[in-house]
Amino acid sequence: MRQALEGSQAIAQTVALCRPQVIAAYPITPQTHIVENIAKLVADDKFECDFVSVESEFSAASVVLGAAAAGSRTYTASASQGILLMSEVLYNIAGLRIPVVMTCANRALSAPLSIWNDQQDSMAVRDAGWIQLYCADNQEAVDTTIQAYRIAERTELPVMVCMDGFTLTHTLEPIDIPEQAQVDEFLPPYTFSRALDSRNPITVGTLVSPDYYPEARHAHHQALLNAQDEIIRAHEDWSAISGRSCCGLLRTEGDADAKIGILTLGSVFGTLYEARAAHPELGPVRLIKLRAFRPFPVAAIQEACAGLTDLVVLERALSPGGGGIVGNEMRAALAELPDAPRVHSYAVGLGGRDVPLDIYARALAAVDAPTPERFAVLDAELEKLPAADR
Amino acid sequence: MTDKTDSKDIDIARLREHQPRFQGITSGHRACLGCGEALAARLVTEAAGPDVAIANATGCLEIFTTPWPESSWRVPWMHSLFENTGAIAAGMEAAFKMQGKSTKVLAFAGDGGTFDIGFQALSGMIERGHNVLYVCFDNEAYMNTGIQRSSSTPHAAMTTTSPPGKARMGKRHLKKDIISIVAAHHIPYAATASVAYPSDIRKKVRRAMDIEGPTFLVIHSPCPLGWGHEADISIEVARLAVQTGLMPVIELERGEVTGVMPVREPRPVLDYLRPQGRFRHLFADNPKAREELEHIQALADHNIEVYNLRGEIADRMDSEGADTVRRGGMRWA
Ligand SMILES: Cc1ncc(C[n+]2csc(CCOP(=O)(O)OP(=O)(O)O)c2C)c(N)n1
Repeated sequence: MRQALEGSQAIAQTVALCRPQVIAAYPITPQTHIVENIAKLVADDKFECDFVSVESEFSAASVVLGAAAAGSRTYTASASQGILLMSEVLYNIAGLRIPVVMTCANRALSAPLSIWNDQQDSMAVRDAGWIQLYCADNQEAVDTTIQAYRIAERTELPVMVCMDGFTLTHTLEPIDIPEQAQVDEFLPPYTFSRALDSRNPITVGTLVSPDYYPEARHAHHQALLNAQDEIIRAHEDWSAISGRSCCGLLRTEGDADAKIGILTLGSVFGTLYEARAAHPELGPVRLIKLRAFRPFPVAAIQEACAGLTDLVVLERALSPGGGGIVGNEMRAALAELPDAPRVHSYAVGLGGRDVPLDIYARALAAVDAPTPERFAVLDAELEKLPAADR
Repeated sequence: MTDKTDSKDIDIARLREHQPRFQGITSGHRACLGCGEALAARLVTEAAGPDVAIANATGCLEIFTTPWPESSWRVPWMHSLFENTGAIAAGMEAAFKMQGKSTKVLAFAGDGGTFDIGFQALSGMIERGHNVLYVCFDNEAYMNTGIQRSSSTPHAAMTTTSPPGKARMGKRHLKKDIISIVAAHHIPYAATASVAYPSDIRKKVRRAMDIEGPTFLVIHSPCPLGWGHEADISIEVARLAVQTGLMPVIELERGEVTGVMPVREPRPVLDYLRPQGRFRHLFADNPKAREELEHIQALADHNIEVYNLRGEIADRMDSEGADTVRRGGMRWA
């Protein structure tokens, strides 16, 4: 049923439809509305769940790890400093192959302190071994959350659903919240093959010598690569039930024979989509929205970029001293192609800097440079800095 | 009765329950000779029985019991990290509760994982009232990483990060009073114990198992390697810690002391300190060493007074009588 809902409210209702038995969370802007709404749903007896109000994000992640390992479906959500505080546990959850689902309400990292949106938090834990799915709008975040549970439970890999803080979490828009029966049809009750059970004791989380560690890591990497099929299938199956389609690994929009492409993650895609429609005079452009950043879908990316001479990557993150995180991975993925497009790598919208429609024209203008930008913060106003820092 | 049993018909889980004494941890692990922690863990799991699941912190116990692909554990056991054991246990408990299972969750950690890095998760677990028995195996240092000081290391003890030297007499600070801090959470049941008194441990574990809510047990567990004593006197050393008053064996309910193991004739702390290499520098002939010895004796005297360890009446279960075998019984367990 379509309702006007804040993104966070919609996520809370969706999580309830997925019937987690244990939820643990610690408040941090801009995730707070999600967990407050869940706490209220539990208090109103709208769904049966133990809501564990922990004393830190470190414990939030640990509680869901313990609960999922003990055989219950779980949920947690965080952002920014909370993600960093969780990071040791996030690696542990993934390495133990525990199917946990969480929302990251993307927010910048301190210092300097910023409560506003970018994606440096989830990018900082990109190598934790989680599946990471980035959502362009709130409807997609709702549908992705439901799919995330099935993906996690079938692959025994944790899934982080990333949605831009404020831009999505605090925006009111019409959202279709599915019926319970639809979710139940899609998502079977939680079963976990390695659940802790006193009638069938197992040992989990052992010390592993060099004789086995590389194999464990290989298996984890392979499981993530294999998860691409499950991500695609979950999207297809949920589309059939819900009647809505966002995308599997990625989404392309626009001319198949365009020579110029722009790739982004998250809500910036909506901005580019609008701008492209408003500016046909800027020529044919292919827009690519990367939904799955982990696993990094190389084959799908190569296919989506086929025929391009130039690809502009706009990401809300950077690796200081390194450059564009997604930009560099795109270069690596495309380098194998015979006619690899030139990759222009930019960060935009850091720390909540507004990403206006004219970012589209600015991104396209960059293509005219004789050599592609290795990396730059596209919307940085360098005149604000002392000369030595420019 | 058929004379040939089909292996499919054997319910392993039920068989385990009918063993004369259930062992949650079996032999074959890699603990050092004389390890107090290994013995204490065995005693706890024996008393707790098979319907448990364990969350175990990083530390010696975790390392020496689970060299993949082997495991000493005969109960469900999970190790996650060093500092989140209280929260892992809380999550397991929440899940079992929601599934309607009676399985009791145990949390196991060393003193480092309890007094220091895991303290926040432990405090949260207790505050939220999770039905978990948290057991701290207190060997008074970070042993797994090579005997570094923890906040449980006793005053003046030598560790690799509190070495004695010209300017220092070992650890400068006092042992953290963890039991009082935990008791201040108004936890239903908190107790200290010593691996030298197995029946006391069993009694306390059974007590805690019967309580629906958070319970806490610290078990003083010698580490021959870390403490620098012979491996065959671990129990003797542990016993002396109690008999000198340095390690009061007490029980607290909702923050009030409700039980103490009396010490009949308190022994001088020298008897406890002398066999241990970690206190060797205190026996050097210098005024600073003598001052520290007096200081340690004063700490023991303080415990004896505060907890009234001498007891008012003769008690057969005091630090001399407990766990001694007598004709005709008198063993508690
Ligand atoms: C976050 C983190 N910091 C440090 C370590 C290294 N480390 C592993 S075990 C350990 C000491 C454990 O000491 P304790 O809890 O007293 O248990 P013991 O080994 O003495 O039984 C340390 C410091 C770690 N594993 N994780």
